[in-house]
Amino acid sequence: MMATSEHSAPTGAAGLRNRFQTAWHVLPWLVAIVFFFVASGYLSLGTQIMIWILFAISLDLALGYAGIVTLGHAAFFGFGAYVAGILTVRATGDPLIGLLVATALTGLLGFVTGILTLHTKGVTFLMLTLAILSMIYEYANRAKALTGGDDGLQGMSLDPLFGRFEFNIFGHTAYIYTLVVLFLWFLIAWRVVHSPFGRSLDGIRQNPRRMRAIGTPVWLRLVAIYTLSAAMAGSAGALQAYATRFVGLSVLSLFTSGIVAVTLILGGTKRIYGAFIGVTIYFLVQDYTAKIDPHLWEFVIGGLLIAVVLFLEGGLMSLVDSARNGLARLFKRSNRT
Amino acid sequence: MNDAAEPILSVRGLCKKFGALTVAQSVDLNLESGARVGLIGPNGAGKTTLVNLLTGVVSADAGSILLGGEAIDKLKPEDRVHRGLVRTHQINTLLVENSVRDNVAIAIAERERYAWRGLRFTRQWRACLEEAEERLHEIGLAREADREVRHLPYGEQRLLEIAIALALKPQVLLLDEPGAGVPSTEAHIIHEVLDRLPSAIAILIIEHDMDLVFRFAHEIIVLVQGMVLTRDVPEKIAADPKVRAVYLGKCVL
Repeated sequence: MMATSEHSAPTGAAGLRNRFQTAWHVLPWLVAIVFFFVASGYLSLGTQIMIWILFAISLDLALGYAGIVTLGHAAFFGFGAYVAGILTVRATGDPLIGLLVATALTGLLGFVTGILTLHTKGVTFLMLTLAILSMIYEYANRAKALTGGDDGLQGMSLDPLFGRFEFNIFGHTAYIYTLVVLFLWFLIAWRVVHSPFGRSLDGIRQNPRRMRAIGTPVWLRLVAIYTLSAAMAGSAGALQAYATRFVGLSVLSLFTSGIVAVTLILGGTKRIYGAFIGVTIYFLVQDYTAKIDPHLWEFVIGGLLIAVVLFLEGGLMSLVDSARNGLARLFKRSNRT
Repeated sequence: MNDAAEPILSVRGLCKKFGALTVAQSVDLNLESGARVGLIGPNGAGKTTLVNLLTGVVSADAGSILLGGEAIDKLKPEDRVHRGLVRTHQINTLLVENSVRDNVAIAIAERERYAWRGLRFTRQWRACLEEAEERLHEIGLAREADREVRHLPYGEQRLLEIAIALALKPQVLLLDEPGAGVPSTEAHIIHEVLDRLPSAIAILIIEHDMDLVFRFAHEIIVLVQGMVLTRDVPEKIAADPKVRAVYLGKCVL
């Protein structure tokens, strides 16, 4: 686990190592900020990547940490997107209120569906998540007046953020807004997984019987993390609606659930940062190979996934670990001499 | 047995049927604090089922369970644990991907109900780890604290089961075959740990290993087909012709 070395007091070599680790934590955010200034032509791709990182972290909380094997996570992403979209069209164009309402309502959806389904497990639970996803999809398809049906929800016009920053076609505001929301959720997720609560989830994933025997209310814990995970996915969906100013039925498709699972497994589950790597690789591969051949990216991603699952336990993050450890050793050696 | 002492665990008329199969038939059982009671009986006598009934993993059809004078039969298993009724498992039930220390620390965090209090968790977790370290020291597993449980030898995993249970500060401890699967060459380690268990805890031990039970228990209950056949001091149990008959397969009921 990542946190095991965090208990040691920061003295001497340990302090040096801690500073070294902190540097790694800064890296992804630094990349995101530098990207904003140097790659302004690719901001919409960058925004898309960050939205999906958020979505993938939300799945990591449920699937990676708590072992809730779901294929219905698109329900929360799509629900958040539709709530944000419909609010913008019908009630208010304020992107802050919209995001908060979408997050809260999706959390509520997670809470209710969690209460109804989380006493089941394995294939039964998997089927229930699929059923709930299909029901919401079909509702969105039928409720044309509200959602636009299969034409999608159009005509979203957003107010400027804080009354100042326009959501323009270059996507500057959407990029920064997404980055800030991702960062806030990242802090929450990081704290949650390293708290006694998070550790109990890891225990539940491994052995619910053991956890019951030490007095853990297993079902309640699962409902709690499922609610949080849903709220987070709802935020990601809302950001998606704002970034593209359009919500289509595809946000609620099984394919969306599948892709987020693929990105998470590519990057590595139970790591938080796995989502960063998996999603980034996925979108970069998609972007580059699609230029060569529209179907090539599926082939490449499929191959990559097979390779990772077969040869890299812990996903691409395990490569990052090896690189980190190698660098740390080099660093240590050069310090000694 | 001290008759004046109020029993910490008091079971009256506990019944359970699985379909036509009766696994507990009006079981009465008292444990005073500091009790060392062995529970023996042939295979299928309902020993583990009794533990499951007491801990709430299986719900009883009838009967009452009092812990410290309060009825706990309606409580969920996790709430019974918080009241001080703790068990170990016949088959190791551990978090195999975690270190030995984390296994104990997670139990301590549950005991202190840290999970819902998120704000000061770094300090809380450190306190859990420190206490876990002490617990492991007491039971003789300190050397293995950093080891992942899946790489731990079987006998030491049995010890860890007990260390986790003790970390929960139980009033009543149900040991479900602590010696199961431990090779005879390592059995003495289990014996030593059992001898050093805190004297205030009331302990019910289920065991097939007669050496272990007769060494450890001050009293022995013989369970046959879900019924208490007899309860007495080890010497009398060993000499009891009814008990012999049960173990040698002669039907006495």
